[in-house]
Amino acid sequence: MTDITKETLSPPRSFLSQDAIQLFYRLLAVFLICAVLAVLNDSFLSLGNILNVLRQASLTFFIASGLTLVVLTAGLDLSVGANVALSACVAGTVIHTTGSPVLGILTGLACGGVVGLLNGIMVTALRIPSFIATYGMLWVLNGLTYWYMAGETLHGFPAGFRQIGSGYLFGLPIPVYLLLVFLGIGTVFAQRTIWGQEIYAIGANPVAARLSGIPVTRRLLLVYAVSGTMAGLASIIFLSRLNSAEADIGESLTLPAIAAVLIGGTSLFGGVGTVFGTFIGALILTLVLNGMNLLSVSANWQPLVTGIIVILAVWLDMKTRRRAQ
Amino acid sequence: MNVPGETAATPLLELRGISKTFPGVKALDDVSFALYASEVHMLLGENGAGKSSLMKVLCGAYQADAGEFFYKGDRVTIASTADAQKLGIAVIFQEFSLVPYLDIAQNIFLGREPKGRIPGTIDRRKILADAKRLLESIGFDIDPSITVNTLGVAQQQMVEIAKAISQNARILVMDEPTAALSDRETELLFALIAKLKADGVSIVYISHRMAELFALGDRITVLRDGRRIDGVRPADVTPDQLVRMMVGRTVDMTYPRNFADKPGEVLLAVKGLTAPSGIADINIEVRRGEIVGLCGLVGSGRSEVARAIFGADPVASGEIVFEGKAISGEPDMAARRGIALIPESRKSEGLALLRSVGDNLVVSALRKLFPSGLFDPRSGQRTADGLIRQLRIATPSARQTVGLLSGGNQQKVVIGKWLAAGAKLFIFDEPTRGIDVGAKSEIFALIDRLVAEGAAALMISSEQVEICHVCDRAYVMREGRVAGHLARNELTEENIVRLGMHHA
Repeated sequence: MTDITKETLSPPRSFLSQDAIQLFYRLLAVFLICAVLAVLNDSFLSLGNILNVLRQASLTFFIASGLTLVVLTAGLDLSVGANVALSACVAGTVIHTTGSPVLGILTGLACGGVVGLLNGIMVTALRIPSFIATYGMLWVLNGLTYWYMAGETLHGFPAGFRQIGSGYLFGLPIPVYLLLVFLGIGTVFAQRTIWGQEIYAIGANPVAARLSGIPVTRRLLLVYAVSGTMAGLASIIFLSRLNSAEADIGESLTLPAIAAVLIGGTSLFGGVGTVFGTFIGALILTLVLNGMNLLSVSANWQPLVTGIIVILAVWLDMKTRRRAQ
Repeated sequence: MNVPGETAATPLLELRGISKTFPGVKALDDVSFALYASEVHMLLGENGAGKSSLMKVLCGAYQADAGEFFYKGDRVTIASTADAQKLGIAVIFQEFSLVPYLDIAQNIFLGREPKGRIPGTIDRRKILADAKRLLESIGFDIDPSITVNTLGVAQQQMVEIAKAISQNARILVMDEPTAALSDRETELLFALIAKLKADGVSIVYISHRMAELFALGDRITVLRDGRRIDGVRPADVTPDQLVRMMVGRTVDMTYPRNFADKPGEVLLAVKGLTAPSGIADINIEVRRGEIVGLCGLVGSGRSEVARAIFGADPVASGEIVFEGKAISGEPDMAARRGIALIPESRKSEGLALLRSVGDNLVVSALRKLFPSGLFDPRSGQRTADGLIRQLRIATPSARQTVGLLSGGNQQKVVIGKWLAAGAKLFIFDEPTRGIDVGAKSEIFALIDRLVAEGAAALMISSEQVEICHVCDRAYVMREGRVAGHLARNELTEENIVRLGMHHA
């Protein structure tokens, strides 16, 4: 037997992994944004404002966390916002007619999950590219919701139910607890379960993943169903926070969720990214908007700033990754 | 050694003292290389010896850190692909650079189309006529208005060559041009090379195939570890001597193994397997302790059989029985039962190139290593480290990106992931393609060890020598069917070729 182990190899480039470096940049960005805002505005560092930021970030995070899994498989779910709207309206109706918030919550989650599963079926069984399948689903869901609501607004829910979105526990908003819980669940799922590992493998090379014995179809179905269910969860928070639901509430949710995923460092090409990164992404997005509000910058500037941050974040990621290779 | 008699002539192109360093790797170290007019110059070396780097320096894709270029004795610089093109250097890469949805003529004259009378248009009649004339001049009779994506590999290669000729190429660099060609197509290519040579074109030819070196080459330059080892004439050396120059030590070309006197029970039985991918009525048996060859020409359905057994392609009829129980469904079912596929295209189907060595090593074993479903990175890392040691995978650590490893080491990673998964039947599809000689014998030793420990292997290979030396017995395929079976004592290259050929 001959020896090929003495081949010339470059030493490992860095003690920090790629993920760690990217996370470091993001935390640094959060810190810098906070520092700047704290200097410019006295009320930024108030507990009330910080909790407000976290609560706002939580809604984006719920949608974006499920979406992160989809993007990790090199897919995209454009229907999340429309899914939130439909699920909220369905859940709201169930609460109104039955008077049972629990039943409403379960229906909302189920509605979101079923929509996600349908997305998954289109992507796997029908082999429609996820971008197109979920884009079509966006229109279908919008259509259903508009037809179902017929211009009406659902309003007025039981006080107990409204606690979910607007209540406090030990001085912290309940959505913040939910945020921490789902951040934990999402991180453990992605990093510490074999399903999570398989999802990364599918995103990195779907053909090789299938030929490595990973049940790719089942995992993709799972991922889209989770994304839908998380949209269902967001719909519940939304409903209980605003105490009302109309057909058009989802329209402003999808693009910020995608922005959070991208700012968080998850690659649209799949296989790279973390749920924690997405949390940071949602946080950065919310912080900047919050800061602009505090500094009385016109809201008209917000989309522009969001766009620049997304482009900057993705560009920096690609640059560091390219340098590493 | 200098080739006698040629030192007096001025080379068409000469490279002196070329060095090229990449971070951590000296790809080329003081390499000199002279190419004379009208010669076929073979470039020989193991993977990583520096052939590709030298080729890329030659065509201006890489810039050398040190060294000089001389064209017909005059000093020149090749700092870009445009410089190389001006000197008449063209490269036919293994992956073609043709635009699939354009026709042959458009591809040949891409960016240099003859202008039509109306500004901004192309003179369609002229481009077709020019292309036709050009194709005929290299003996390729085809309608130039055919779209390139409908052509076979050999035909696309001809188009590439025609394109190079149309750019007045005087130096053609060919990187393993016969790797994907049938024997007949190879003959045609050789005839074309002879014709080009007669027309005064010089050819730099990279190949792993010994027979081609002797059939085609006027001179051979051997590279090893980025250095030029020697330049010889084919008539002055034997294949064994060349192999020794390449590896710098004696490699046993016969891959010795311990043949199973008494193979174990039947592990895999394929009965009457027919699949839409083009295979029909396949009957195959593999027993524990055996390495069974699956040979035949490229395109005879060998890979299709492998993919059908593994569940990667749908099956129309027939039965696949593994360990006495029928098997069907997707690859995850086959993998769970203990079947492994080591696919032909390692990079696109076997590995997630951007992920780490460790991630790739444990990906098939997740369910086995972590039955609770909870993944423990440290335990995964330990498993990966163990496999790296066991298989002697040359990598700085399990965290290294697998795409940065050499072909042989990448192949070990693909095999390693199935070792971790505890596979019992290993289906190898061209396990040694693109792997250097040293790594080859290591891979074979590994397969031998696997079957000695009670696993079994079904091995597809186009290298008949490998099948003859390594396999206990072999099936030969022809046109989607099993054309015959060869027992150990019948297993010769001649028999394989005879069974695999049409109308034998």
